[in-house]
Amino acid sequence: MTTRSSSDRSSDPGAPLGRRPVVDFLRRFLRHRLAVLGAAIILTLVIVAAFGRALAPYDPLGMDFGAVFAPPGPEHLFGTDEFGRDIFSRILYGARISLQVAFIAVGISGTLGVLLGLLAGFLGGWLDELVMRFMDVLFAFPAVLLAITIMAILGRGVGNAMIAIAIVYVPIFARVTRGAVIGVRGREFVTAARALGKRPMGVMLRHVLPNALGPIIVQTSLSLAFAILAEAALSFFGLGTQPPEPSWGRMLAEGRGFLRQAPWMGIFPGLAIMVSVMGFNFLGDGLRDLLDPRSTRS
Amino acid sequence: MSLRYLLQRLGTLLLVLFGVSVVAFSIQPLIPGSPARIRLGVQATDENIATLERQMGLDRPLVVQYVDWVGDIVLRGDFGESLITRTSISSEIARRLPATLALAGLALLIGLAIALPLGIFSALRPGGKRDLAASIVSQVGVSVPDFWMGILLILLFAETLGWLPSSGYEPLSDGFVPWFSHMILPALTAGLISGSIMTRFVRSALLEVLGQDYVRTARAKGVGPRVVLTKHVLRNAAISIVTIIGLQMATLLSSVVVVEIIFAWPGLGSLALTSTLQRDYPVLQAAVLMAAVAFTVINLLTDLSYVLLDPSVEYA
Repeated sequence: MTTRSSSDRSSDPGAPLGRRPVVDFLRRFLRHRLAVLGAAIILTLVIVAAFGRALAPYDPLGMDFGAVFAPPGPEHLFGTDEFGRDIFSRILYGARISLQVAFIAVGISGTLGVLLGLLAGFLGGWLDELVMRFMDVLFAFPAVLLAITIMAILGRGVGNAMIAIAIVYVPIFARVTRGAVIGVRGREFVTAARALGKRPMGVMLRHVLPNALGPIIVQTSLSLAFAILAEAALSFFGLGTQPPEPSWGRMLAEGRGFLRQAPWMGIFPGLAIMVSVMGFNFLGDGLRDLLDPRSTRS
Repeated sequence: MSLRYLLQRLGTLLLVLFGVSVVAFSIQPLIPGSPARIRLGVQATDENIATLERQMGLDRPLVVQYVDWVGDIVLRGDFGESLITRTSISSEIARRLPATLALAGLALLIGLAIALPLGIFSALRPGGKRDLAASIVSQVGVSVPDFWMGILLILLFAETLGWLPSSGYEPLSDGFVPWFSHMILPALTAGLISGSIMTRFVRSALLEVLGQDYVRTARAKGVGPRVVLTKHVLRNAAISIVTIIGLQMATLLSSVVVVEIIFAWPGLGSLALTSTLQRDYPVLQAAVLMAAVAFTVINLLTDLSYVLLDPSVEYA
């Protein structure tokens, strides 16, 4: 695994990022095969999400009762479903929902979690106790069960699924951020900034947060992977995306009833979920090797 | 183990359990619509609903309702009754909890049967072919949605080969074979996924121990590789591995919830989803509370087991 060289930021943590460190980071990133593969998958996914409708050979909602349960072939790459809808087109279209939910949910939970973790870790004391005990309580629920419970309160639908997923992942961001902040807050440059009379808020945002970003970035990538899985699961249960909107989880739920006639209905949407999740996991693992060498797995 | 540490941990446990119970209780006041309306159906008059709300005690302050709810559970094990079926929730939980535990237990065993050998093999020759194979397996395992894994297994073993039932449950009283044959596919689904996740952790736990000085010393003394592995490496890696199993229980329980739903397994997870879909909130409260309590207690036991495994771990 890559280790930090002496010319790295770690030796001069207070220094702002210049051009060199970015070039340096990019060079190391490009040498990390797993991270590059992950980034390539995500880039493809983003393109598909943006232009899915234009790329799709068929209307994802268009039914064709002459082609019900058509097996995969040159006409329909991934086959068709019980309404003769083209599964390949629906998968392309579904990428948008998957990514949208994942990015918005992780955006919300990241913002909240990082803020809570930052305050808890930097200020410590009773606030730290209060925040972290509350996070412990949220952590005590199995993730899927907590998401289902929140959906029970909020009601079905894709917007509510985003909120549910966001709440489930707040504690993870809070813990990761708090851990990183505690590692940074005792360092010389923070003490120096405080001794210079800088206001706590300024020290927190200008000196502590930038130096605690590594683990947070890693966690963001891994959480995006989880969020795609969670959205698919909620839609699979019938709580997330509602028909006829094509969502990968929902397509699998529909395919579940036709495994005998049309096994492809149960295969391709799952493959799409797996590849997307892998992309974010690869990127997250790669970034962890590059940004957070202390927690490398080997 | 110092008594003080034990008491401190128990104190935290009670605090978390209190928080968990507040969250589970708050489902009912937070949901839109009165439970009385759900029980009486859409045709009920406002008057009937108001009467039933009074009978159910829903007109009392929330704090009183909470104390009443928790009191009944703690003192009498009474979760109240379902809004839909009007049957006792406690007996429903008592019926379903063993099914969930059996499934989670078998899944954990399957997971360990995968993770231990795979993790050990790959740690012994890091960077080798086996290591690469194990890391591909675990990367795939981490990324596969559990419900899709379930569908693939059903497709292969139930629909194509016809070896195993595709879903459902047979009570143990009807014989071991039908009971077990229904449990294999769901347990395999959760087990394969948690096994592939644990493989990564077992590997890194072992690699850490393998890099220690005492391992080098043992090797330098001419101790055989097998003895080094069993006497020095595995014993010292045991703590990390137990931690992994404890942490893995969270993912595993989450997986089990999903798996129960796909395979129509009558456990707490499928109960939670059915009650959500039917808006049967007292049942959801009970299922959520039980799962969180089980998980919190497992966490405590994991923590306490360090001390038993490693006498050098001291807690003030």
